[in-house]
Amino acid sequence: MQLSTFQDGVAAALMPQGAHPADTAPWLSALRSQPGFAVYRNTVHKACIDALQANYPTVCALVGEEWFRAAAGLFVQARPPTDGRLMAYGEGFAHFLQGFKAAAGLPYLPAVARLDRCWTESHLAADAPLLDAAWLARQSPEALSGLCLAPHPAARWAWSEEHPASTLWQRQREGTPLDAELPWQGDGALLTRPEGAVQWMPLARAGIAFLDACAAALPLELAAAHAQQAEPGADLGALMAQLLQAGALCAPPHLDEDTP
Amino acid sequence: MAAAHLTAGLGLKPQHYAQAVQCTDPGLWWEVHPENYLADGGPRLAWLEAIRAQHPVALHGVSLSLAADAPPDESHLARLAALARRIEPAIVSEHLAWSTWRGHYLPDLLPFPRTHAALARIAANIARTQDVLQRTIAVENPTHYLHIDGHDWAETDFLAELVRRTGCQLLLDVNNVYISAHNLGTRAEDYLGAFPLHAVAEIHLAGHHADPELGEALLIDSHDAPVADAVWALYQRVIATTGPLPTLIERDDQLPALEVLLAERGRAHAALTEALPCS
Repeated sequence: MQLSTFQDGVAAALMPQGAHPADTAPWLSALRSQPGFAVYRNTVHKACIDALQANYPTVCALVGEEWFRAAAGLFVQARPPTDGRLMAYGEGFAHFLQGFKAAAGLPYLPAVARLDRCWTESHLAADAPLLDAAWLARQSPEALSGLCLAPHPAARWAWSEEHPASTLWQRQREGTPLDAELPWQGDGALLTRPEGAVQWMPLARAGIAFLDACAAALPLELAAAHAQQAEPGADLGALMAQLLQAGALCAPPHLDEDTP
Repeated sequence: MAAAHLTAGLGLKPQHYAQAVQCTDPGLWWEVHPENYLADGGPRLAWLEAIRAQHPVALHGVSLSLAADAPPDESHLARLAALARRIEPAIVSEHLAWSTWRGHYLPDLLPFPRTHAALARIAANIARTQDVLQRTIAVENPTHYLHIDGHDWAETDFLAELVRRTGCQLLLDVNNVYISAHNLGTRAEDYLGAFPLHAVAEIHLAGHHADPELGEALLIDSHDAPVADAVWALYQRVIATTGPLPTLIERDDQLPALEVLLAERGRAHAALTEALPCS
């Protein structure tokens, strides 16, 4: 038998949805009928679900392990891992939950999943120098207005329109009890990695719009306009201070040349 | 041999990073799965570099899929090579198994019929890997749970032929030998007697347990328990023949305190320092 034929058969039998027994060749049936075959099947299945659980700890804590692992099993069927970096596995889980009927009673769950994903992406992102507040303060107003500030590679931000997903996520992660008085309104979060570990803080609508504009390579003047439009009357000076302190912005690549 | 100064090492787990940096046991080294460090940046790599500054580190891959009937994924190889440049590992190893197939990753180390064609394919895959990494790799004997028809080669001969064709080294996992012999109804002593010990660059030891449903009839390579006495006994026989070889205690589940693992590692260290150097 060709090696590729063997691997086509075994891979199909091990994939979570499995090969239909009626389609199975005699040699594959002989393998599947041995008790040892279940060891491989269980290992593959468990490793995928374990990885998803490790990468979505807040979702798991909110719904409980049993519910989570059942949902995870369905996600693994739909979107099995594509390479060995299971630490990054689970892209698209928030979208999956959005269309998942059993989660309909927890409408904030996809937004919470999106924040778990933000954490993973921030954790694994490239290192880069942070934008220095002192350098920024030295720029002339003309230079500033045309400046394109890039978000730091490890910065992630998300806005939830209908649910306080960021507050729910943050309290679950920090182990703070949920406040019965929690006002049920949309909120935003900023995740950054200024000193190695991922950190998070609330981010207002203006900050979300500002970072979206920076990510689209818009100059500072336009980014500020987007922020004002998203949240009229927002204090952009305070927003800038927040972003700089959190390490949400990246030093411009030409910083060395411009530094006196 | 480049890694001759290594005695016994431990698998590195994130829970133990802070303590691992501080360890001063002579001959100690750490092994990691590179897949857990193939990030663009961030704290994982920073920790690995901090530990590497204190101790030798080995990279033990689980997803290169050398036994797939396809060349190794070039982007994975490029990432692995970049990590190896950054960490300068004492040893790079992989498994005689497959796990990635047609764009899907099946997180396990899967078996295959050891045919002449499989030998040619795997030799080519090892050669390609060694070309990209610019170094030899050590290939590990797998754990077996299945009787597979159609082998042209005994596994020990297959490994010896891979060594001959590619210049690769071998990673002898004594626990895998023990489990496979038990599960397939063969003798571990016979396997070790036929194993090309001259090519071994590293030894693995780990714990196993009986299948929860089938009991002792099927042993599982679970890495969740101390090394079994029978595996220690086989190990002693191997190093009595080979002389001291870098030896790793693997523990991936039911992780005890680092002190417990260091004590188990101390047993291997003692065995190695007592073993006569191979002449």
